[in-house]
Amino acid sequence: MPLAPAVVLLGVFFAGPVVWSVLLSFTDASLTGSAARGTSFVGLDNVVTLVQDPAVWNAVVITVVFVVGSAVIGQNGLGLALALMLRGRGTAVRSLVTLPVMAAYVVPEIVAAFVWYAFLNPEGTLNTALGGLGLPGQSWLFTVPVLAVVLANIWRGTAFSMLIYLAALSQVPADVDEQAQVDGASGWTRLRYVTIPMIRRAIGTNLVLVTLQTLQVFTLIFVMTAGGPGDKSETLPLLMYEQAFQYAALGYGTAIALVLLAIGAVFSLGYIRAIGKEEI
Amino acid sequence: MAAPTAPRTRAGGGAGRAGRPVPSVASPRRRASDVLVTAVLVVVAVCFAVPLLWLLLAAVDPGATLQLRVPDEPGLDNFAAVLTPETTLRPLLNSLVLCLSAAAITVVVATLAAYPLSRYQLRYGRPFLYTVLFATGLPLTAVMVPVYSLFARLDLVDTRYGTVLFLAATSLPIAVWLLKSFMDGVPVELEEAAWTDGASAMQSLRSVVAPLMLPGMLVVGIFTFITAWGNFFVPFVLLLSEDKLPAAVTIYQFFGQYGAAAYGQLAAYSLLYTLPVVVLYLVVSRWLGGAFTLGGGVKG
Repeated sequence: MPLAPAVVLLGVFFAGPVVWSVLLSFTDASLTGSAARGTSFVGLDNVVTLVQDPAVWNAVVITVVFVVGSAVIGQNGLGLALALMLRGRGTAVRSLVTLPVMAAYVVPEIVAAFVWYAFLNPEGTLNTALGGLGLPGQSWLFTVPVLAVVLANIWRGTAFSMLIYLAALSQVPADVDEQAQVDGASGWTRLRYVTIPMIRRAIGTNLVLVTLQTLQVFTLIFVMTAGGPGDKSETLPLLMYEQAFQYAALGYGTAIALVLLAIGAVFSLGYIRAIGKEEI
Repeated sequence: MAAPTAPRTRAGGGAGRAGRPVPSVASPRRRASDVLVTAVLVVVAVCFAVPLLWLLLAAVDPGATLQLRVPDEPGLDNFAAVLTPETTLRPLLNSLVLCLSAAAITVVVATLAAYPLSRYQLRYGRPFLYTVLFATGLPLTAVMVPVYSLFARLDLVDTRYGTVLFLAATSLPIAVWLLKSFMDGVPVELEEAAWTDGASAMQSLRSVVAPLMLPGMLVVGIFTFITAWGNFFVPFVLLLSEDKLPAAVTIYQFFGQYGAAAYGQLAAYSLLYTLPVVVLYLVVSRWLGGAFTLGGGVKG
């Protein structure tokens, strides 16, 4: 059966670990120490610890801020704005904008992280530019770490939304918009009542996709701030990494991973609703 | 770089406005807002370009700092400094081995899986596709901890083939999905001839469908390669020995060790590491006119 290799690979490396992790989250498994040898069943202890752990709640709040700020508002909003503004512009303007936006998207995540580390460093370009304008600079990664990683992630991911919306807008029949224009509707009114409703599906799909992508961002934050200072930019993936690999609490790290998986699964179901029905 | 712009608006993008029945008398206000929009676009373009410009300029600046500046004496010293076997060559080779193997496995397995999903009414075809689609949405980052503990049990930690298999598995859902839709586009009639000649399903897949699917398979392979090439977290967790680490991980170590001192070298290293990805993106976007980058844009 030609399906078999795919089923095996997905089963062993996807479903297996996920099921495994559900089981593991009921144990006190760890990388070192006595629990590494004799793992025992601890029932809902991890869940109880999880819910009572202020670090988890801190990470949940920061994750929500990061996802809403960089994906929902940032990438999605800026991507839509760019696509709308690019409509009807000349080829020169189009390439001038799409080239750097796409370049930011193509660059590997870790390079994007270096680039933003340099840009926001106290001796970096941003402070130099602000100094040139007579404005005070600061250590952005230290004073506003969440804003720093939000900006970097907007920079990195906006191209995706922009491409989705450029494609969606090119499907909108021009005569509807022109008719509204002839009827005297202003730019904002046409946008609100004609264009946006016509690309509603694309907006839904894009929101789900950028949310899913941003939920799992690890490298960018790990390199730029490592979750710090303290735990000020520690999202769920970073907390999970810290618990599992730095503190060697594999069982607890898995429990956090499950929270992340559960959030992802909810959005993934939204994704299936958004695009699955028509394409299967 | 010819950015894979999305399909143009009708009448070729830029020329669009000319055809509209907008009376030219009413244009001063319109032109003012046009200028404003263009100005905003230029500002956004500059904001996106500046961080990358630093990378490009610092790489050729032997005395590079964190500031964006035009080098006094541009040169390739930084590249010469990092182009040693330990620093870049071996890690890049490791990346190549990991990513090529993962891409090859993904393409073969996904093509095999896509065939029955596309050609037969399978009882479990739809649930399988829904599961695959669901899996494309799961946050991969979260799977890493359980995968690590699984690898620890199976003695797969710090093995190349374990890492390759996991990288292939992570790309599989989207690859199956894409190849299935590619295959739906290949008419069944072509195979029917082969079937009447007595070919089995696997034979017709190999001799009739696969050749027609080659572009699609290549594109899926390239995207798997790019995704794996840029993946830092997976090899960072699963591989330990220095001589097995791909560039994504060694560049991070370099950043920790020398990054604070040798920004120019870090930039040069980053460019060497980025180059293959950029080239492959250009190849794919030239070839497919960018339409595909949308479908393939779901990053792992």
